[in-house]
Amino acid sequence: MVGAMEIYMLLPKTNCKKCGLPTCMAFAVGLLGREKKIDECTPLIEEKKYEAKLKKLREVMAPLENASETGLIIHPEKCFGCGNCVVACPVNVAAEPTRCAVGLGPKSDKVILAVEDGIVKCMNAKECRRFGPNKILCNACTATCPSKAIEFV
Amino acid sequence: MTTCTGCSLLCEDIELALKTGAITQAKNLCRKGQGHFQALFTERTRPMIDGQEVSLDQAIGKAAEILKSAKLPLLYGWSNSTLEAQAVGIDLAKKLGATIDDTSSFCQGILMERVLTGKIPTCTLDDVRNYADTSVFWGADPSNSHPRHLSRFAYYPRGEKRQKSYEEERTCIAVDVRKSATARLCSNYYFRLAPGQDAEFIEAILAVLEGKIPKFGDKKRMIELGTILRKTEYGVIFPGLGMVYSLQEKMDLLETLVVKLNEITTFKVIPMVGHYNMRGFNQLLLDLTGFINRVSFKDGKASHGPENSVIAAAKRCDAALVIGSDPLCALPFATARALAKVPLIAIDPRRSLTTDAAKVVIPSAMYGLEAGGTAVRMDGVKIAFEPAIKSDLLSDEQVLTRIMEAI
Repeated sequence: MVGAMEIYMLLPKTNCKKCGLPTCMAFAVGLLGREKKIDECTPLIEEKKYEAKLKKLREVMAPLENASETGLIIHPEKCFGCGNCVVACPVNVAAEPTRCAVGLGPKSDKVILAVEDGIVKCMNAKECRRFGPNKILCNACTATCPSKAIEFV
Repeated sequence: MTTCTGCSLLCEDIELALKTGAITQAKNLCRKGQGHFQALFTERTRPMIDGQEVSLDQAIGKAAEILKSAKLPLLYGWSNSTLEAQAVGIDLAKKLGATIDDTSSFCQGILMERVLTGKIPTCTLDDVRNYADTSVFWGADPSNSHPRHLSRFAYYPRGEKRQKSYEEERTCIAVDVRKSATARLCSNYYFRLAPGQDAEFIEAILAVLEGKIPKFGDKKRMIELGTILRKTEYGVIFPGLGMVYSLQEKMDLLETLVVKLNEITTFKVIPMVGHYNMRGFNQLLLDLTGFINRVSFKDGKASHGPENSVIAAAKRCDAALVIGSDPLCALPFATARALAKVPLIAIDPRRSLTTDAAKVVIPSAMYGLEAGGTAVRMDGVKIAFEPAIKSDLLSDEQVLTRIMEAI
C-alpha cells in the first residue's frame, strides 16, 4: 500500500499552492484520502520536466481508484475465500446473527462482506463502521485476513 | 443448498446459481471449493481401454475381467467417495479376496486409528465452535488446506459459550515449520520448529506442565505456552500431516500429552483430514473388520498389517483398482512406478495422472454436484447431501455395483 511520503516524493515539492493547499505534503495527504485529484496539481500536469513523476504517480495511485467509499480495497488474486472477514465483521454479525455470527455464509443482502465465487465481495459499504461522520477505525476484516487480501487506504 | 466436497469440512451452506452447463454464481464457496466445482467443466474423463475411447459397458466389462483374472488385486483410494460407494467397495474386496487400502495409509492413518478406537479423546467441530477457547494447529495450515475451518469453527464464530469469540475468549496457537497463513493469524502464539522436532517439543510441553524447566526451545515462551494450556477451559488440538509424519512411531507421545493435559483441563484432538470422506472409510472398515485400513481379504478372512499397505501392496499386486484418489501423483515415486506397471483401473470424474496411465478408465459423477450420498466430516459427523445438477453419469457406487455384478 502506498503511503503519503511516497506520493509526496512524486510531487513537484515546490509548495506553489496552486491546488489550494499550503504545501505539497498536504496535497499528498489529500490524494491519499481521496479528497484531491492528481489533475488539481497543475504544474505536474503542464510542465514537461515532471512527466516521469506524473507517470509513476498515476501508477502508484491506480490501485486506490478501485477502493470503495470507505477506502476498502480487495485484492482478488490474494483472497482465499476463507470467510474470516465475513464472520468477524461486526456489521455482518449484527445483520445476520443466526448465520454470520456462527460461521455460516450470509443469506440476506444487508451484509457488507460476502464470499462469492471463491472471492470476498464488498457490498453496502455505507454500513461500514468506517463510514460517515461517526466513523471509527474498525479493522476486523483486515486483521483476520490470512493473506492480506483486504486493505484500507 | 449444496454441500461442497472440496475438503473434509463438507460446508453445507453453498448456494449455487445454475445455468445449463455452467455454474454462474456460487455463494459462500471458498477458493478451494470454487476450484473443485469449476473443475466439473474441464478435463472430464471418457470411458477408455488402452487409451481408446469405448462404451461404458465395454469399460466396465474389461475392468471386471481384469479383476476376476487377477490373483492379488489391490483396491485403493476411497477417500473421495461416499460411504455407500465405500461399502460396495469393501464388499467387492471381500468377493475378490483383494487387498483394500485407502489414502489414510500414507496420511493420517496412524493417528486416526487412535482417535477412532478411543485412545485419544475427540469431539465434534460444533463442540469446538460452542465451547473451545484454545485451538492448537500443529503441523497444519487450515487457511490453505481447509479455508473455512477458522471462520466456521475454530476461531472466529461466536459459539454458545464463546460469545466474545476471537476478540477476547479464544486463543489460536500454531506450531509449524514455517510462518504459514494460519500462523500469521495467531500472532504471538506461533511456535516454529525445525522439521522433525515435534517429539522434543512435546517433551518440553510435558516438562513445563510438570513444573520443570524445559530443555528445548525458548524457556520463557515454553513456560508461557504451558500457562496458556493450563488456563484453558476446553482445548482442541488439530494435528496435521506435518505432525503425523514427524512423529510416526512416536505417536504415543501425543497420547501422553493429551492424557497429561486432560488431568489439568479438557483437551480433545481432531485430525486435520484432507479428503472429504477419509474418516468415513476408516470408520466403515473399523466397524466391519476391526482395522481402519491396510486390510487383505485373501483366503476369506480379514488380515491386517504393513504388508497390506499401498506402499507394499503396489509392488506385489497384479492388478489395481483406483477410485477417488490420484496415487500416481500423490504417492512416493517408487510406489507410483510400481502401480503404473500393473493393469490399472481408474474410476474418476476427472482426468489425472492416474487416469492417464490407467489401462481402463471409467468416468463417474462428481459427488456433491452430480450425485448425492453420505460422507463423514473430519470430526466424525455424518453429512448427507443431494446432487445439485442432474447428470446421466453413474456414481462411484453404481459403477462398483455393476463391476461386482459382472464378476
